[in-house]
Amino acid sequence: MDNIILLILGMAAVTYVPRLAPFFLIGSNRLPKRVDDFLKCIPVAAIGALIIPGVFNAVPEEPLAVICGMGFALIIGMWRGGIIIPVIGSVATTYLILLLSA
Amino acid sequence: MKNDVKDALNGGFPIFIGYVPPAIAFGILSKSCGITLLESFLFSAVVFAGASQFIALNLLMTGMGPGGIILTTLLVNFRHFLMSAYLSTQIGKMAKQYIFLIAFGVTDEIFSVLSFSKRKLTKTFVFVLQLSAYSGWVSGTVAGFILGGFLPEILTKSMGIALYSLLLAILLPELKTSTKAVCLVIASGILNTVLIKLDLFPDGWNIIVCIFVIAFAGSSFISPKPKKIQKKGEKVHG
Repeated sequence: MDNIILLILGMAAVTYVPRLAPFFLIGSNRLPKRVDDFLKCIPVAAIGALIIPGVFNAVPEEPLAVICGMGFALIIGMWRGGIIIPVIGSVATTYLILLLSA
Repeated sequence: MKNDVKDALNGGFPIFIGYVPPAIAFGILSKSCGITLLESFLFSAVVFAGASQFIALNLLMTGMGPGGIILTTLLVNFRHFLMSAYLSTQIGKMAKQYIFLIAFGVTDEIFSVLSFSKRKLTKTFVFVLQLSAYSGWVSGTVAGFILGGFLPEILTKSMGIALYSLLLAILLPELKTSTKAVCLVIASGILNTVLIKLDLFPDGWNIIVCIFVIAFAGSSFISPKPKKIQKKGEKVHG
């Protein structure tokens, strides 16, 4: 169906342009300190909202599995840092809890 | 160069793990919506934007026309404008031809890994990171379409935690050293929860409001590090 292809292209365009435009609007220009400070806070602000409240429903209707999985990532992350081990470990922990409670 | 690839895979593999289950779900759902394999593949390969692809399928089923779906997609994905704005301050000096490719792959998770990466954002590092995430999303879509739910249900469910533990793992080093970061993360999460409950904004805009409000508060009310020398007459923030 041509309609779907057109839809995909339209969606791609309105997704890509906002992802691209800031690189040209800002680029390597010097920004006022006020704006720069604001931009520096974006990652923390964004990730806070990306995690909460979504995480509470990360495994639908299995709050214990979520708590154990995230708890594992928190402890290993605090202790040793890194990304791969906390993530794989959290999946394994969640898997184990689901398996045991099934 | 070697380290670029290694570091990129270190961040990219967890995103891959996190992307595969929703991608499989997208493949399955798109098949049940009567879309062809090629179209399903193109959705993921050309749009590359998780939530908005699911919303598009739902709207398609309700009979909404392409104009409405495209407008919704713009609204849902507009948060990436802010994420790219931040990234442009970090990699703005890279040659333009690379920027066109990098901008395509600014998803929530790639943005998160890039923004807290302690290393220099070289083009090899960014490309390999994006490619590992992209390959998970596209291959998962195709696999889901062809094979259906081929992974055991418990495994799929537990992989649902990967994107959240990834975000937490990325954030932890910052949280350990900065009380300000802890406050802002929690404040942003609370604000987002309240906004979702209030249901005032269209899909995708709660997070935009959160980013604006929290980043504004963070940059004005809480000064990151007290400045040693204050200029005369300059207001000292609380």
